[in-house]
Amino acid sequence: MSINKPEAKPAVKPGKPWASTPRERALDLGAILLAAVGSFALVALSELKGKLAYAGVFFVLIIVINFIHNYLSRGIASAKDSVASSFAVAGVLVTLLPITSILYAVFERGKTGLKPNLFTTDMKLNGPNDPIDQGGLLHALTGSGIMVGIALIISLPIGILTAIYLTEIKGFFTRPIKFLVQAMSGVPSIVAGLFILSAIVFPITKTPSGLMGGLALAILMIPTVARTSEEVLLLIPADLREAGIALGGTQWRTISQIVVPAAKSGLITAIILGVARVAGETAPLVLVSGGGDVLNLNPTSGPMGSFPFYIWKAFTFGTTESIARAWAGIFVLLVLIFILFFAARLLGGDRNKK
Amino acid sequence: MNNSEAQGPLDKGNEKMETTTPSSLSSVAANAAAKKKPGSGALGVGLEARGIHAWFGDKMVLKDISLDFWSGTVTALIGPSGCGKSTFIRTLNRMHEFIPGAAMAGDVLLNGKDIYESGTDVTKIRLKVGMVFQKPNPFPSMTIADNVLAGLKLAQLKVQNKDDLLEECLVRAGLWSEVKDRLSAYGGSLSGGQQQRLCIARSLAVRPEILLMDEPCSALDPGSTLKIEETISELSSSMTIIIVTHNMQQAARVSDYTGFFLSDGGPGELVEVGPTSEIFSKPKDVRTENYVTGRFG
Repeated sequence: MSINKPEAKPAVKPGKPWASTPRERALDLGAILLAAVGSFALVALSELKGKLAYAGVFFVLIIVINFIHNYLSRGIASAKDSVASSFAVAGVLVTLLPITSILYAVFERGKTGLKPNLFTTDMKLNGPNDPIDQGGLLHALTGSGIMVGIALIISLPIGILTAIYLTEIKGFFTRPIKFLVQAMSGVPSIVAGLFILSAIVFPITKTPSGLMGGLALAILMIPTVARTSEEVLLLIPADLREAGIALGGTQWRTISQIVVPAAKSGLITAIILGVARVAGETAPLVLVSGGGDVLNLNPTSGPMGSFPFYIWKAFTFGTTESIARAWAGIFVLLVLIFILFFAARLLGGDRNKK
Repeated sequence: MNNSEAQGPLDKGNEKMETTTPSSLSSVAANAAAKKKPGSGALGVGLEARGIHAWFGDKMVLKDISLDFWSGTVTALIGPSGCGKSTFIRTLNRMHEFIPGAAMAGDVLLNGKDIYESGTDVTKIRLKVGMVFQKPNPFPSMTIADNVLAGLKLAQLKVQNKDDLLEECLVRAGLWSEVKDRLSAYGGSLSGGQQQRLCIARSLAVRPEILLMDEPCSALDPGSTLKIEETISELSSSMTIIIVTHNMQQAARVSDYTGFFLSDGGPGELVEVGPTSEIFSKPKDVRTENYVTGRFG
């Protein structure tokens, strides 16, 4: 067998033969424009009214136009494919819309209240009618931090150990515990507050405090941490456990040296999800932490403020200044939660670095 | 145990690597006839299985397996899928009991002592009887070096010089030259064959007397398989190796003894065991002959 040597070949350049040609891109753009024009025309001519009508008509038109366009150029399979992608894109837009809308509103209304004094003072000496550059939310910031911290310290070991029991050790109690944890994650937050109120505050301490708030939050946080950790641990392949056992490790050492480190990033996510779950809780804190407008760093005595309480109270006053304060509070809380998520990503993401 | 004193025929294996076509099986087996005789290794008594039965739930999967593993030899266990080979070797280091619903009967004597005797420290058994799994499973959260030394950490063993042990294990597993410049890279960054040799190195670090290998090459390409077989030949001078394999050429190449397992729908049974050369050239049982000549399975 011989191979015919080709004449001097032109240099081969890398390309993307599968990418859309300019003509195809122009046609796609044309389809979108056509749908847009069509939706305006239909809304103008028919009884339909409002922004929703534009969006709805545009969505229907783009599907129909894409379907016809793809059917004519590529056939029925491609046409069906385009309908499915259109629905997927619509789903993404519907999801993103409220989120961006909320972020925009919070940023737009919160920025007027963002003054340096916000982070340095509390509301001890200020009322709802005071200008925005007096008073602040330091008490809410520290209060939320302390109470979430207490909840974290309590629920982190309990939640992760529960998950380890459910996935690694297993036993007679696995099913009932699984059921209870699931049921607990559906408990309304006010119930957690009422439980602490009736089990500890009324019979023992008599007064609300930050510690009580932390306990109430822990009740809400444990099921979130436990369930998410359980899901994460279930993803760790069984052969890693077997390898650890086969190397002469006890079960506990295999779990602590192999399974938990392998699940590290997921477990950190579980913790962050737990924190995010409780950071915005209002109801139990109103009941058991006592609210308060004064900076209080001692969780064992006296009322302690928190973000949700601060926001709720500022809104209920109803004055222009206090509503601006509330928006500023929401803004700061949101930014903190974002920072938390990014930190979790950074901490958890270094696992497979080469 | 001092590995350098344990002498074995180091030359076996290597030159036979080329003769791998099915038609040359019998010539391979003839070479194997020159291999070790029972008890030729000087490494203690070895491992004896006495009347092993195993169940999963109500289903009996192994029936009355009795098999001796002479120290310093390589024994291959062959047979069609589902005949209980893996289950059998998992009874030898007490990994069988990790499967829910598992049960067993019989004795496994390690140096004359039953490993299922009550009061036995099972983690010590698994230190002496190491295991390499079918799928390479390096620990993802650990570097190459940490992976090799993971057993020490897991079993809380102390060693004088970790670096020496690390190098020794990687050399014996045939991986040292490939990874010596990147010991702090993660185990997952290696190729499949390298990962499997890393797992072998990891098993060696706790100095087992016996190494169980459960189809160690079934997920690997031929080149990596060859490297692992070379590793097995090297190791067999200083330890007892029991390897489950679906690859009959591999069994012929690496083993001194071969056991043939078969299940006719019921529990798996040991049809025949003997020197590898005999199993492949003149098996006593017609079922063995049919299997090794490729007529079924």
